[in-house]
Amino acid sequence: MYTQALDVHGSDAASLDDGALERRFLERVDAEEKIEPKDWMPARYRNTLIRQISQHAHSEIVGMLPEGNWITRAPTLQRKAILIAKVQDEAGHGAYLYSAAETLGVSRDQLVDQLLSGRAKYSSIFNYPTPTWADVGAIGWLVDGAAIMNQIPLCRCSYGPYARAMVRICREESFHQRQGFDLLTRLAKGTPEQRRMAQEALDRWWWPALMMFGPSDANSTHTGDSQRWKIKRFSNDELRQKFVDFTVPQAKFLGLVIPDPQLRWDPIKQQHEFGQIDWTEFEQVLKGNGPCNAERLAARRNAHTAGAWVREAAIAHAEKQRQRAAAATAASA
Amino acid sequence: MNTPMQDQRQWPLYEVFVRARAGLDHKHVGSLHAADATMAIEHARDLYTRRQEGISIWVVPSKEITASDPAETDSLFEPARDKIYRHPTFYEIPDEVKTL
Repeated sequence: MYTQALDVHGSDAASLDDGALERRFLERVDAEEKIEPKDWMPARYRNTLIRQISQHAHSEIVGMLPEGNWITRAPTLQRKAILIAKVQDEAGHGAYLYSAAETLGVSRDQLVDQLLSGRAKYSSIFNYPTPTWADVGAIGWLVDGAAIMNQIPLCRCSYGPYARAMVRICREESFHQRQGFDLLTRLAKGTPEQRRMAQEALDRWWWPALMMFGPSDANSTHTGDSQRWKIKRFSNDELRQKFVDFTVPQAKFLGLVIPDPQLRWDPIKQQHEFGQIDWTEFEQVLKGNGPCNAERLAARRNAHTAGAWVREAAIAHAEKQRQRAAAATAASA
Repeated sequence: MNTPMQDQRQWPLYEVFVRARAGLDHKHVGSLHAADATMAIEHARDLYTRRQEGISIWVVPSKEITASDPAETDSLFEPARDKIYRHPTFYEIPDEVKTL
């Protein structure tokens, strides 16, 4: 999900020592031992994780924007407080993930620079707009729902700091999905205008949510190593199928129609059959041509530039406090 | 635009430890960047205790942590390997002796 445009590079050249070290590394992974920051690891494992964890972190931070859009316009004080708490959690999730990435030997500044320069990716889903209040509900229900499907297996990933960050994130994420579903329940059981708003939000977000799981397995070129190294536990199609099967009854409860005429229950396979995803849309969004790619990046760059004085003032203040404390110590000596 | 790489002064990295409740140890929960230790405590409160996860926070500059080298694990912890007499189960106490 966070490696939708990931290329796994890295040198395959290894010395004799590296060969033995790599065998030992794979034995540990196979035995479900966690790899910790100072442990030996193949360069490609390290680089794959830096890329995946940081892109996951970028996704959380950029993900604050589509919903942040509605904080000033939430219909009640309670909804406003809930939305603020959710957006605050997303900032926290980004912070946990940047910290996990930093244990692999990369600095926060390097990662922020990769995002702001456009070199790093973030999940495609955050390049869509939120034109109505119902979109806030649809994001919680479908986007966080899809994220949870992906994040629960990540709690068991082989790299310790990433797995531990995921445990913390999963604990917090479930309220995100519930508040979205609760929001849509109120709309779907409300006036005809509210029901229409909820239905139109589902129409907008259903297919992009399915695309979050990434290309179909047949077209996924880079998952082999990720699965060998126990970073990725389930395939894209497996997770997508599970998401559909969980979500269809929830839509039925809401009385909303999933915008897929080919969606039907297959009694033999005991799962839902669903229609073809439009992969050209997915590719365009990944390339930077989605509805909000430019706006999202501009918002992040502006926030970074506009906030520079805060970072600098904090350093200046800390230095002033340090000098005062040193002077007080010297004076009383 | 002032890119992050041009910022001369950066916020150092701190490791964060939280005591969940009285009687428990402080446990390592992660890290964060802050301008100084006071800010690090406040940020740790915002980042790691939003759901009342703790009643006490320690922050330590990451550079002050010394870690044992995983490559040396075997030799570092070797001395305990052949001292099974440190365990109570090494000693056979007859059944008729109680409370030992």
